Amino acid sequence: MNGFLNWIEQRIPMMRVANMHAIQYPAPVNMNFWYVFGFLATIVLVNQIITGIWLTMNFEPSAERAFFSVEYIMREIDFGWLIRYMHSTGASAFFIVVYMHMFRGMIYGSYQKPRELLWVFGMLIYLALMAEAFMGYVLPWGQMSYWGAQVIVSLFSAIPVIGPDLVIWIQGDYVISGATLNRFFALHVIALPLVIVILVFLHIIALHEVGSNNPDGIAIKHKKGSLAEEDKTKYKIHEYYTDKYDIADDVVPFFPHIVLKDLVAFSIFLAGFCYIMFFAPEMGGYFLEHPNFEIANPLKTPEHIFPVWYFTPFYAILKAVPDKLFGVLAMFGAIAALFALPWVDRGSVRSWRYRSGLHTWNLIIFAIVFIFLGYLGGTPQADWKIVASQILTVMYFGFFGLLWIYSKNENTKPVPERITK
Amino acid sequence: MSNVSADAKQSASNEQPQSSNRRKFLTVATSVIGGVGAIGAAIPFVASWNPSAKAKAAGADIEVDISGVAPGQLIRVMWRSKPVWIVRRTPELLASLEGIEDQLRDPSSEQEQQPAYAQNRYRSIKEEYLVLVGICTHLGCSPQHLADGAFAEYAEGVPEGFFCPCHGSKFDMAGRVFQGVPAPLNLVVPPYQFLTDTTLLIGSDA
Repeated sequence: MNGFLNWIEQRIPMMRVANMHAIQYPAPVNMNFWYVFGFLATIVLVNQIITGIWLTMNFEPSAERAFFSVEYIMREIDFGWLIRYMHSTGASAFFIVVYMHMFRGMIYGSYQKPRELLWVFGMLIYLALMAEAFMGYVLPWGQMSYWGAQVIVSLFSAIPVIGPDLVIWIQGDYVISGATLNRFFALHVIALPLVIVILVFLHIIALHEVGSNNPDGIAIKHKKGSLAEEDKTKYKIHEYYTDKYDIADDVVPFFPHIVLKDLVAFSIFLAGFCYIMFFAPEMGGYFLEHPNFEIANPLKTPEHIFPVWYFTPFYAILKAVPDKLFGVLAMFGAIAALFALPWVDRGSVRSWRYRSGLHTWNLIIFAIVFIFLGYLGGTPQADWKIVASQILTVMYFGFFGLLWIYSKNENTKPVPERITK
Repeated sequence: MSNVSADAKQSASNEQPQSSNRRKFLTVATSVIGGVGAIGAAIPFVASWNPSAKAKAAGADIEVDISGVAPGQLIRVMWRSKPVWIVRRTPELLASLEGIEDQLRDPSSEQEQQPAYAQNRYRSIKEEYLVLVGICTHLGCSPQHLADGAFAEYAEGVPEGFFCPCHGSKFDMAGRVFQGVPAPLNLVVPPYQFLTDTTLLIGSDA
């Protein structure tokens, strides 16, 4: 057996990579529950890929057949309902864990130097994920699939000069039609998943190059030769890290310590996931909207058109601005602002544990504003809601403005040298 | 493989660099030609997203001869599988449009439901001819044309208009929506142009 493994190792560095990136990867010892969502996101990605492959075996991407092929999967394929609900619940679960993962990055300053690119790769994954989810939602060809696509695609018509032609090019027709459905299917099942998998790979490589952050936001890697022997970790850490740095006695190897912690989180997550999947797969119309149980009808507009819950904060920002072009710009600006976070924050202390009270409140209010915007974007229009979403839109961007101003000369607390001392 | 590259290195180091300008020129020339090739290769992939010949045929502009339309008459044609109405309005009807504007939701057509050239009181190029997509902006039913005083039953003092039987939305003879009905927007004016005085082209403007 050992001979066989050696034979392989001499031809492809399997164990070396496994040691470097998992078994002997140094993870900070103080990682808390906020640090499980990256692992969970990976699990959900695998779930989406596997169930997605199975769904394509019976789904028919045409305007005539798509809706009925989904019904067929639900009613006549053995366990078709389960595979579809795993996929549809997985889509919402993906955004739940990704939003938690992003907020973790914000409170512990995981986007700060030297992790800027890591954050940007993460944001690119988020962007690709939004495109993937949007196109996936069009495929069952229900009323909300159709009219949601109508609203989103027509956003591009706000672009000056080329807008209207661009919309026709995206649709492949003068209206949203079978041609649109077919190309969204191609992008949803092959193009975007490839992009997402590649981005996830880059995200992890970038993470392992700069090292994991932690709730204290302080480094576990120290300059070579700066740590006394008794301050260095006693665990076996891969030479890739120990050759370049002194690794403090503040780490545990990723496997099994972190993996086991993540598995506990996974079992709790799985319980919630299964509860929703078995007992409330539509989640009261939030995960699968009710108009989508009716086949797409280009001549009949549903009374209210909402995107699925994970887009509603941005939809509220879009609707808050009375001008179409500026609304679209504000919506994309809201995402662009997140991209720019590593450069908006000019502070050098990472974790909110050691930053000002102002920063803590800024983060908490930002989270509340985001959730409240989501509520406003996902419920029927009312006059007070327009005013409310305008105020909240200003507050959303205000988070970044304030951060930029106070982070330059922030009143921070002293940061410990070491996690365990 | 390793032998080849070692040999290549050896021979490269033995020779004096010929001329770095020449090398730079070749690098730039290769990149430019390669770039042109890449753009050329991208064309079919980008162009394949355009509407297909079939979609173009189904969505083609239509020519309508309106020489036979009498004053007060409405004709229906199909364009992109939607009903399009063409109404020849009488001078009295046109004169009446101003007086009802306080009952309308968007009398000056501020919402983009029409091309710029139809953003006027009559929502048309020539005042006489009204061209509308005959689909209610509420839930997509096709409203009825009620003339000769029949519309007054739904809107007091307005003899003629469009009434949607599904949920009671009302529009005036310029397709402008009344207040207090479920439809939020005026009826859509499609892009169109006059090819001659009596021929309309629906689907594209001048």
